[in-house]
Amino acid sequence: MSALLTVDGLAKRFGGNEAVKDVSFDVHPGECVVLAGDNGAGKSTVIKMISGVYQPTAGQVYFLGNRLTGQSAEAVRRAGIETIYQDLALADNLDPGLNLYLGREKTKRVLGLPVLDRAAMRRDAVDVLRGLGIVVPDPTASVREMSGGERQAIAIARAIHWHAQLVIMDEPTAALGVPEQREVMALIERLKAKGVGIILISHNLPDIFAAGDRIVVLARGVIAGNMRPEDTNDEEIVRMMMGATL
Amino acid sequence: MTATEANTRAGASLVKSLLNAWSWLFLILILGFFEIYAQIETGNTFLFRIYNLQSIAVAASQILLLALGLTLVVVAGHIDLSIAFTTGFAAVAMALVVRAAGPEAGWLVVIAAMLVGILAAILVGVVNGWLVAHLDVPSFIGTLGTYGVARGAALIVAGGATVSIRSDEARAIGNGDILGFPVPVVVAAVLALVCHYILTHTKFGVHTYALGANRAAVERAGVDVKRHLMLLFIISAVTAGIGGLIYTSRFSAGAANAGEPILLYAVAAVFIGGASLTGGQGTIAGTVIGAFIIAVIQFGLVFSGLPPYWQFVAVGLVIIVAVLVDQSKHRIVGGRG
Repeated sequence: MSALLTVDGLAKRFGGNEAVKDVSFDVHPGECVVLAGDNGAGKSTVIKMISGVYQPTAGQVYFLGNRLTGQSAEAVRRAGIETIYQDLALADNLDPGLNLYLGREKTKRVLGLPVLDRAAMRRDAVDVLRGLGIVVPDPTASVREMSGGERQAIAIARAIHWHAQLVIMDEPTAALGVPEQREVMALIERLKAKGVGIILISHNLPDIFAAGDRIVVLARGVIAGNMRPEDTNDEEIVRMMMGATL
Repeated sequence: MTATEANTRAGASLVKSLLNAWSWLFLILILGFFEIYAQIETGNTFLFRIYNLQSIAVAASQILLLALGLTLVVVAGHIDLSIAFTTGFAAVAMALVVRAAGPEAGWLVVIAAMLVGILAAILVGVVNGWLVAHLDVPSFIGTLGTYGVARGAALIVAGGATVSIRSDEARAIGNGDILGFPVPVVVAAVLALVCHYILTHTKFGVHTYALGANRAAVERAGVDVKRHLMLLFIISAVTAGIGGLIYTSRFSAGAANAGEPILLYAVAAVFIGGASLTGGQGTIAGTVIGAFIIAVIQFGLVFSGLPPYWQFVAVGLVIIVAVLVDQSKHRIVGGRG
C-alpha cells in the first residue's frame, strides 16, 4: 500500500540552533506512528512542519502524492490533515453539535431568515460519536459537563467529520485519568479501523506500545530509531530517547 | 447510576434551574413587595396602573438601549465602558444638526440628524473595535479611554452646555406612542428582538459565545476574529447611540452626559441577567429582566415616597446578589472550568 504521508529529510533551523535534522518517515492509511522523544527532542517542531505552522529549512512533506511543503496551516487542514492539540480547541460553553460545526454551522430558513439548525447539528454529532463508539448521555449539555474522554472524542469526531485522513494527536492522554486514557486508546483503534492515519506524540511507554504500529524515536532533533513495537522493548526505547545509541 | 446518585443529580438540576430563574423570581418578589406596600400604605394598586407600568417600561428601555449591545460584548468576554458617552455624543450630534436647521426643520432634517447621531456612535465603535481587535488593548482599558474621549468630544462640540432644540417631529418621536406603547419602549423592544435573534439564531451569535469561551478555537475554526470583535463594538455603540437619539427626542435637548447616570445600571442589568465577566454566558432575555428589576426598584422607591438615593444602595445589593448566584452556580454544577 502506498504511503498516506511521506516526510522526507525535514530540517528546521532557528537562528544558529538546528532543532531538527534530516527526519524522514512514512505514515500509511490505518497506521499509527508514534513520535516518541524526551522534551526538546524536536517532536513539536516536526509536527508543526507537517501541519504547516512552521516552514522547514530543508526537506519535503508529501500527502497523497502531493507536495505539502510551503502551504499554509489552513491549506494543510483543508487537504485532510487535522492536528488535535492538548487544549482540544473546544468551546466549553457550547454543545457537541455546535463544536462539531464551529465555523461551518448548518442553518435553515424560518420566515425567510437564516436560523441555526441546532437539532440537525446535534443529530450529526451523535451519529459521528456513535461511529467512534461514544454515547454522550445528554447531547444538549455543554461540552464543559463532559468527561475528558468524551471531550477528546468530540475533537476527533470534528476531525473525521471534515474528512481528515491523517490525524496528529499531541499527548492526548497527558491530562487524563486511567479509565479515560483507555477510552482514548480505544478511539485510536477505531480511527485506525476506519483507515485514518495517525501520528501520536507521546512519551508514555505503555501508550507507545499499545497504540503504535511503528515507533519513531527522536533525540536532539534526529531520528534515533524507527522500528516496529514487536522488534523492540521499553529499555531500548528509553535508551534511544536519552540519545545513548545509534 | 445508583438511586442516591440519581437523587443527587435530580437535586443538582433542580438547584440549577432555580439559580437560572432567580432573576425572574426576584423580579416577581419586588413587584409583589411594592404591590403589598402600596395596598397597605395607600390602599391603591401599584402594579395595575397604566401610568406606573409605562414609567417602569420607559425607565427599563433607557437602560436597555445601553445594555443590549453591551450584552453581546460581554458574552464575547469583553466590556464596553464607553457606551455612556457614546449615548451623549450621539445625542449632542443629533441636537446640533436639528438646531442648525432651525425650528421649522421638518421630518427630513430630523431623520438626517438621527443618521448623523448614529454615525457619531459608529465612529466610537470603530475606534473601540480597532483598539481591541487590532492593537490587542484590553477592552476595559481601551473603552475607558474612549469613554473619556467621547465625553470630552461631546462637551467640546456642545460648547460645554446642553444643546436644546425645538422640533415637533423630534418631540413626537420621544414622547409619542404606538398603539399605547411609548416610542422608546417600542424601539427598545424591537432592538431587544434583533439582538436576541443575532445572539441565539445566527452564526455570528454562536461565534460570540465561542469567543467568550475559547478564542483560539474560534480562530482555528477559520472565523475572522478581528472582524468579529470590530462588529461587536460597533453594535454596542449603535444601540447606545440610539439611546442618545431617544434622549434628545424626549427632552428636546442633547446632553454630553445623557448616558452617564445609566452606565452603572446598564452594566448591572447585563450581569444580573446572568452574564459573566469571564465571558461565554449571558442572554438578551436575562438582560431585559435585569433592566426591569432595576427600573422597578427605581420607580418603586419613588412611588413609595422613600428617599430616591436608596435606589443606589438597592441596585448595588442586587448586583452583589447576582454575582453570588453566578458563583454558587459554578460551584454546584460547574464541572470543569
